[in-house]
Amino acid sequence: MIHSPYVRKAVSVQRTMGLVLIALLPGIAAYAWQAGPAILINLVIASLTAVLAEALAMWLRKRPIALAVGDLSAVLTAWLVALSLPAIVPWWLTVSAVLVAILAVKHLYGGLGQNPFNPAMVAYCTMIVAFPALMSQWPALAGGFDAQLGLILGGARELDAVTGATALDALRTGLRAAGATVESVAHGPAFGLFGSRGWEWVAAGYALGGLFLLATGIITWHMPVAFIAALGGTATVFWLIDPAQHASPLFHLASGGAMLAAFFIVTDPVSGATTPRGKLLFAAGVGLIVWLIRSFGAYPDGIAFGVLLMNICVPLLDMKTQPRVFGHRETAGGDQ
Amino acid sequence: MIGRLFRFHGGIKPDAHKDESAGPAIQRAPLPRRLVVPLRQSARASASCLVEVGQTVLKGERIGEPEGFLGTAVHAPTSGTVVDIARHPMAHPSGLDTECVVIEPDGEERWIAHAPFDYHAASREEALAWLRDCGIVGLGGATFPSHVKLGKGAGIETLILNGAECEPWITCDDRLMRERATDILAGATILRELIGARELVVGVEDNKPEAIAAMKAAAAASPHGVKVVAVPALYPAGGEKQLIRVLTGIEIPYGKLGGDYAVQCFNVGTAYAVYRAVAHGEPLISRIVTLTGNVDKAGNWEVLIGTPIQDLLPLARPRADTDRTLLGGPMMGYALPRLDVPIVKGSNCLISASPRLFPPPPPEQPCIRCTECAKACPAELQPFELYWFGRSKNFGKAQEYHLFDCIECGCCSYVCPAHIPLVDYFRFAKSEIWAREREKAAADQARDRFEFRNFRQEREKAEKAAKLAAKAAETRAKLAEGGAGDAPAAAAAGGEPGAEDPKKALIAAALARAKAQKAEVQPQNTDNLSPQTQAEIADIEARRKALAAAADAAPPAAVPTDAEPRP
Repeated sequence: MIHSPYVRKAVSVQRTMGLVLIALLPGIAAYAWQAGPAILINLVIASLTAVLAEALAMWLRKRPIALAVGDLSAVLTAWLVALSLPAIVPWWLTVSAVLVAILAVKHLYGGLGQNPFNPAMVAYCTMIVAFPALMSQWPALAGGFDAQLGLILGGARELDAVTGATALDALRTGLRAAGATVESVAHGPAFGLFGSRGWEWVAAGYALGGLFLLATGIITWHMPVAFIAALGGTATVFWLIDPAQHASPLFHLASGGAMLAAFFIVTDPVSGATTPRGKLLFAAGVGLIVWLIRSFGAYPDGIAFGVLLMNICVPLLDMKTQPRVFGHRETAGGDQ
Repeated sequence: MIGRLFRFHGGIKPDAHKDESAGPAIQRAPLPRRLVVPLRQSARASASCLVEVGQTVLKGERIGEPEGFLGTAVHAPTSGTVVDIARHPMAHPSGLDTECVVIEPDGEERWIAHAPFDYHAASREEALAWLRDCGIVGLGGATFPSHVKLGKGAGIETLILNGAECEPWITCDDRLMRERATDILAGATILRELIGARELVVGVEDNKPEAIAAMKAAAAASPHGVKVVAVPALYPAGGEKQLIRVLTGIEIPYGKLGGDYAVQCFNVGTAYAVYRAVAHGEPLISRIVTLTGNVDKAGNWEVLIGTPIQDLLPLARPRADTDRTLLGGPMMGYALPRLDVPIVKGSNCLISASPRLFPPPPPEQPCIRCTECAKACPAELQPFELYWFGRSKNFGKAQEYHLFDCIECGCCSYVCPAHIPLVDYFRFAKSEIWAREREKAAADQARDRFEFRNFRQEREKAEKAAKLAAKAAETRAKLAEGGAGDAPAAAAAGGEPGAEDPKKALIAAALARAKAQKAEVQPQNTDNLSPQTQAEIADIEARRKALAAAADAAPPAAVPTDAEPRP
């Protein structure tokens, strides 16, 4: 028997995931335009792997396959994995990363909605720990398609022609040199107007998609604002104190995966905090950790670790930030 | 106040579907062949039957006497004959039945003598009793007795008249306000005087401009200063607590009533019924019901209480593909399991449903914690958390997260992209908690009883022992006194003096007592018997004696004792 309500809004998990995929398109377009079409190949490899892995997992778990594959959540995970990895990693690395995300992080915990950790970020961390060299080779700008395809298919990695250091890497290594300042390092070829040359456009694409997600109500303002405020705010403070040793807030926000993280990674509903205040704390925590790892850590970017560390805090954050219920006023004496 | 409006959190904007039925004027529904009038017409209270089968009743005649604090009177909706008093199924999700008076109308609609009630001349208690005896309950759906809601008659600042009607499809209050605004305000003025409120505010959702205009016109003509406020159409703005919040900014938590916060709220239909009861002396025997949905002729009808729903539905001409009938709106109503049930005071709308209008929900998907439900929840709950707790039967945690603040408005289920029937989970969790509390209460009671029984048995044992000891001491003392002369003889016999003999005497005395008791008790079995039985017993005794005598005389072998009789 069906109970009330008898009417429902025309929404679905599929629609939600689909809108997020659409929102990623500007960023992907900028990516392909700036860094070559390799990313498109990786997206296809990742998507196919994810769909097959999802189907396999559902089959093993004796659950309806079509409903799970059709909800597009696996494809979205695949895209986020592919966009997090360097676009010229060999195909097997992309496949492994997606398998980790779908099989281990998602389905071992019970499938969609049950995973305490962000699947794409666990996949990224696993790969950067297992294959640090491959994971730090980013495609050079306007790389040739043939060369990129060759790398993806596992060809000999004659890297100099096709890879380039990212601005974050350049800054990190540059600042280690004696007497180097941000200004002296930032004249290198990797640097653009604000952040990494070329990657600024990708970041702008992600931000545009993020605004689309805000407009459609798929995400709320809390996470992007808190993430950007925490990363940008911390960067501002240290930049003002010592601009020679600390990059500007704009550099931080326009570099690496900051915009992807702000609108697409920290906003993952399943593994993130859910209350308004919890969302603010969660995303702010990620932003702070990103700045710390970028400034003092050994890894080029800190988004994945920041997200996973904050994922651990989610149950506590949610519990401690439960919103006030209608009619239950928070007054001094606990009096209602 | 009411300079500004307040917002409540969340809410949804489903398709209103008001136009289907809001156009035509209210029509009077024809008399049905039979009226089934439940004696339970107010929330949580029934009435005791005042009529007998075969009795003729007049329209408005009282057939049920209010019972208890929450009881209200029940009246014959038309003149006719009482043909049955029996339990009948009610409009209820699981078709519960209740005691009903079945009346066959005579078609003459002969009224019982009734006169207006001058509430100015009467005391407040008399006025409330009048409303109770006119069967006035809240017509918004909860059927809470109005005389109880009017309460103490002190400390209420604001009286709110609820004309929001936020549920989709329903238009009975809309039509009532359009057509009978003056009467509604007259009733509201009575309520306001009875409750002693300083101001009277009518809240109407802004998707009913005609009703707002009619109410504003009536308010302008009223000397009592009534404020008609258009509130933004946002389901569930018509929920009592939500409307109070919108109009006054006051939030009434779960478990509290408006009266605790100097504000009280009545439905416009209730105000109209109060007006009829006071100005015309007419009890509440009919209400406006919206017939809409998958029908050719949607509209509103004035329907006698007790009219079977199956007699009413054809008036709107349901289409052929109608597969269910919903009572109430699509957000909080329910599909009627059967249609031979009567309209009661809380029945506001019948929606003929078809798979096209109300398609079955898509398959349930996993919750992705997108928090759409939390954004929509007017009680500001975290429905997905309650869902996870309910699913894992973690009811304690669900209660901690304010499960019982849920008003089951359905907003969360409406917006859920995973199509999870969240409200069903909450209903389930609530009923499980209630069942467990009942079980726990029963277990507590049983344990208390058991413990008391043990205590009582121990106490009785101790008392008995004490009594026996006292008695023994008494007897010993007696014996010691009486047996003093025998002592030397006993001593001469070589026994221990004063030890053996008193003990024997005690035993002998006890035996004698027991014998006497037995003798006393035995005949008691045949005491208090009728002469007939006594004669029978005497007869049996006589036969027994005769048999015994015969057995003594005859050799034992002659008595057939085996299963196989000897030749």
